[in-house]
Amino acid sequence: VYYNLPFIAAGLIIVLGIIAMLTRRNLIKMIMGLSLVEAGVNLLLVATGYRAGGIAPIFTNAPSDLMVMPTVQAMTLTNIVIGIATTALLLSFVMVVYRTYGTADAGEMRKLRG
Amino acid sequence: MNADLIIQNAPALLLAIPMLGAFTTPLIGKAGAAVRNLWVLLVMAATAVVAFLLAGEVLTAGTVIYTFGASAPGLTLPLDSGGIPIRIIFTVDAMSAFMAVFASIVGFAVMLYSITSQSRNSGQDGYYALLQLLMVGILGMVTTGDMFNFFVFLEINSLAGAALVAYRVDRGVAVEAGLKYAILSTLGGLLVLFAIALLYGQYDALNIAMIASRMQFSFLDKIALVMLFIALAMKSGAVPMHFWTPDAYSMAPSSITAILVVASQASLYGVFRIAFTLYGLTLDYATIGWIIIILGVLSMFVGVTMAIPQKDVKRLMAYHAVSQTGYMLLGVGVGLAVLGSPELMEQYGQVAMEGGIFHIINHAMYKGLLFLTAGAIFYQTGTRNLNKLGGLGHSMKLTMIFFIIGALAIAGIPPFNGFASKLMIYESVFLFNPILAIIAMVVSILTLASFVKVFHSIFMGPRLPEYGEVREVPLPMLVGMGILALLVVLFGVFPQQVVDILITPATTALIDQGGYIASVLGGAS
Repeated sequence: VYYNLPFIAAGLIIVLGIIAMLTRRNLIKMIMGLSLVEAGVNLLLVATGYRAGGIAPIFTNAPSDLMVMPTVQAMTLTNIVIGIATTALLLSFVMVVYRTYGTADAGEMRKLRG
Repeated sequence: MNADLIIQNAPALLLAIPMLGAFTTPLIGKAGAAVRNLWVLLVMAATAVVAFLLAGEVLTAGTVIYTFGASAPGLTLPLDSGGIPIRIIFTVDAMSAFMAVFASIVGFAVMLYSITSQSRNSGQDGYYALLQLLMVGILGMVTTGDMFNFFVFLEINSLAGAALVAYRVDRGVAVEAGLKYAILSTLGGLLVLFAIALLYGQYDALNIAMIASRMQFSFLDKIALVMLFIALAMKSGAVPMHFWTPDAYSMAPSSITAILVVASQASLYGVFRIAFTLYGLTLDYATIGWIIIILGVLSMFVGVTMAIPQKDVKRLMAYHAVSQTGYMLLGVGVGLAVLGSPELMEQYGQVAMEGGIFHIINHAMYKGLLFLTAGAIFYQTGTRNLNKLGGLGHSMKLTMIFFIIGALAIAGIPPFNGFASKLMIYESVFLFNPILAIIAMVVSILTLASFVKVFHSIFMGPRLPEYGEVREVPLPMLVGMGILALLVVLFGVFPQQVVDILITPATTALIDQGGYIASVLGGAS
């Protein structure tokens, strides 16, 4: 049962993030919601990589040679890097939007309709 | 230069060339605009040449496998890996090659067109760098055989695309459209990654062929399928997740819109690859096929009805793009719905899929052409409002001809390419379900009506005084449009040859899940 806790936590974080994206009108808060979703997915990835008793694949002074293949860890790192780039791009968009419209509220700035 | 070496490493070069181009462009831009323009054209031309070489190799010698980091490209399974392909493997079958070829053709036409259309703007170094990165994203998505790699290229595609949509940062609306596009794409990307985590957790593999060979279609697989499907259908602009398309397509520079159409189709390729290759016969193909068909019909109908009242010419065209995506979904959906029955597949399923896949390339050509003509009109008049435009037929005759070619092709009028693929869809879908075929024809008629109206308000009527100074656009823009127009006509006049050479192998490759798996894992298919 305890083994499932990380998965449940990951699911909760993702759902919280999606709720934040849907209910908040402030763009910064929507992006925070998106970051939560990303954190949840990262947690899920790392949780799938857990093996009871496995050791990190560092060969120096390793107690045994039963090592865990760090694929999901590498995937998580990649996703963290992608996430930083995405968040930076999104936040810089918000800066420009704020400068031109004078607001960062999604409800007030909708010029594109129809 | 050793030709064999190039062909052998073509899948890697296909991405390495535009990536190198993207990161050197800002440096080379220091040497002046002319040098940089020459450089980006050279990079795109080289990419297109590699894509053609690769396609030639795939069509003559079968699926090309490229294993990164292995001592030989075909060495997919390291000896000590226990039969799991742990390296990143590119699997270029006829379907991938087909996507790569037309993406690079459109890419080259757009690059040529941009040389003039962007010449008045600042920040061009960034523009060309991002455009090349977008090409990397598209080409990577269609050639990779690895789920996580697919996600990475999807993100490259999304980020470069969003930055290009917001390219005119001085206009708030462009950034707003870019923001919308970026948020949705990122959320979609994360859904894809979530699905990949579910698949990896069960099958210990990221390679598409490996997962496909172990696929059980368990409950988790169904969740993964739904997530992949939602995310990629959204990125390809299908109803009901189409709401970002009109904003992004109308606010991006026209040249970018033409390439965004191709980027959307790379996501559509993802939908097909996942349905046919990753899940294949294990999934409930009749249900999933019908879901795709219904989405397709909805996209066709909603797209065209939203397009008719639009005043902004690019917004109108964007809604038509949604509508045309519906045809591809309809054709391939019918194929998926009868995937389990060899005789129905023989009777009409295969033709329906060929029609849908043929429509992908045709759509990229005529829609790209239409967006480029809209850009040409904007370049000369500074407006996209249909109520303000008029009488341009007197001064922009070539642009008018290109527009007519594109408009007739999208409405499915012979002898243009839209007719060829739509006819295949009508005939085969009629055998499957007559009502669907009739809806498809009605949508085509509405499309024609809409474009007659647009043509009339842009080009017909007396010469307006405010556009007295308007001339034809400069040569590079005309050549860019001309390449696409020529292909629209050629594909329309010789549809059978195109179908035989490109489309049938692509369709066969897409259906042949066993062949895809065997090409990576070896063994009898």
